[in-house]
Amino acid sequence: MALSRDEVRHIALLARLELSAAEEAAFTEQLGHILQYFEKLGTLDTATVEPTAHVVDLAAAYREDVVTNPPAPEALRANAPARDDNFFKVPKIIE
Amino acid sequence: MSMADLHRLSIEQASALLASKAISSVELTRAALRRIHATDAALHSFITITDDVALRQAQTADDRRARGDSGPLLGIPVGIKDIILTQGIRTTAGSKILGNFIAPYDATVTRQLLDAGAVCVGKLNCDEFAMGSSTENSAFQVTRNPWDLERVPGGSSGGSASAVAALQCLGTLGTDTGGSIRQPAACCGVVGIKPTYGRVSRYGVIAYASSLDQVGPMARTVAGCAHMLRVIAGYDTHDSTSVNRPVPDYVSGLGESVNGLRIGIPREYFVEGMDPEVENAVRAAVRVLEQRGARVTEVSLPHTEYAIPAYYLIATAEASSNLARYDGIKYGVREAESAGLLAMYQRTRAAGFGTEVKRRIMLGTYALSAGYYDAYYLKAQKVRTLIRRDFEQVFATQDVIITPTAPTTAFRIGEKTADPLQMYLSDIFTISINLAGLPGLSMPCGFDKAGLPIGLQIVGRPFDEARVFQAAYAYEQATEWHLKRVPSDQ
Repeated sequence: MALSRDEVRHIALLARLELSAAEEAAFTEQLGHILQYFEKLGTLDTATVEPTAHVVDLAAAYREDVVTNPPAPEALRANAPARDDNFFKVPKIIE
Repeated sequence: MSMADLHRLSIEQASALLASKAISSVELTRAALRRIHATDAALHSFITITDDVALRQAQTADDRRARGDSGPLLGIPVGIKDIILTQGIRTTAGSKILGNFIAPYDATVTRQLLDAGAVCVGKLNCDEFAMGSSTENSAFQVTRNPWDLERVPGGSSGGSASAVAALQCLGTLGTDTGGSIRQPAACCGVVGIKPTYGRVSRYGVIAYASSLDQVGPMARTVAGCAHMLRVIAGYDTHDSTSVNRPVPDYVSGLGESVNGLRIGIPREYFVEGMDPEVENAVRAAVRVLEQRGARVTEVSLPHTEYAIPAYYLIATAEASSNLARYDGIKYGVREAESAGLLAMYQRTRAAGFGTEVKRRIMLGTYALSAGYYDAYYLKAQKVRTLIRRDFEQVFATQDVIITPTAPTTAFRIGEKTADPLQMYLSDIFTISINLAGLPGLSMPCGFDKAGLPIGLQIVGRPFDEARVFQAAYAYEQATEWHLKRVPSDQ
């Protein structure tokens, strides 16, 4: 199925990506092309097939609630794009 | 052994010379760094070269040995894909958005290598967030194939493969979500293994598609990979998908005979239109094992043709979720701070991500969005079940499956960048193995007329890496492809 330019804009908004007009045009064509190829999945009857989310049998792992990794707050804060002393600095979001 | 030749050693050769104190880790590490500095301006395998760290770690390894310590990786220079965290060292995932990111802690695999005494010579180039099959999607540089500088090294672990092939270090770590260790190993003529999902910890590995990602080693020999996997495999409480099973001694089992080994050859992997040189080399490799007593049977994996759409829906859906964390708040770059919160997110991500990453985030977001979830994402997960069952059925009667790693040898730089679907199709023989969570190894099985390596893929049952290594080792012992030298070393 072909994808419309409006759908591409909507997905970009959901994905929090600002696209240029050129990117919008390219993605509309490319994603449409890719999804068209993916249509072949529709030819398989999977009505009675269970989905696989993970190949290993996962059980919830429990452990004591104690810190095992050495805290390194300065190493974490050092990667912040903006900081003020010990805080991450963010733009004002409440008027 | 002349000091000028040290960079040519395999892991097991260097390990023996270190153990007998014929050479030191500092000498070996200096040789690797010399080789890196002599070749990397042309190859671009490394995003970061860590000379000082490496020489310090090499000295520590020599000190440990002087105190009586030993081990196959003690003092061995290795490189680490730049998607794996290395404490205090820049870790970029090949992305502008993490261009200045200094890892605050070590990934479990990094820690395991360093605890075993390995020496980190640097961080290796890769497609941005491991999304790609050619390493052309790195935000920093295009890595060249050491066999032909006009060709790609494969991807996404292209730097890891080219570094091993070009003798820049003895072993490397890569990651493999859809073929990202095996396909570059094939393109560069080295050995690489993607272990069973859950075999190796993913803690501290920057996530692409969490139900598929797996870390694995690359080296010039099967034994080198076996030594490295022994060190990085095992249970880790920090990774909820890590599996608690004992790690066998992959190395001591290598010499076992392949007499009676049951090899399945899936007919769907020898399709019309594939490179005849690749097909001939793979069939000849199977005959080598057959001559040593292996029993070869044609088998069928009937859902193979659905693997690419299933993979690219599941992987991109998981990626769109994993990459939501890059919001310009706690790490990474930030753009348009004053334009309001939504615009800040949108422009930060627009400026920080490259085109392929955006394309996959878009595809994944679409597959997960209201109205399309059942038709795409859920459907793909059901097809994943069918693909798993195909393998279960074959492994009921076969011990390993052998296929080509890729349908062609390394393609030219720029050849597939304009058509994303063509690029996705280069993963056709590797992605099913990720969907099924199986171990898969690639090793050289010949060269085409242009002098480019051809890759052989050996796939095993879950957690049966030992048998995969045995088959690979038997073939390697019978052939000399792994001894061929890249042009820059001739």
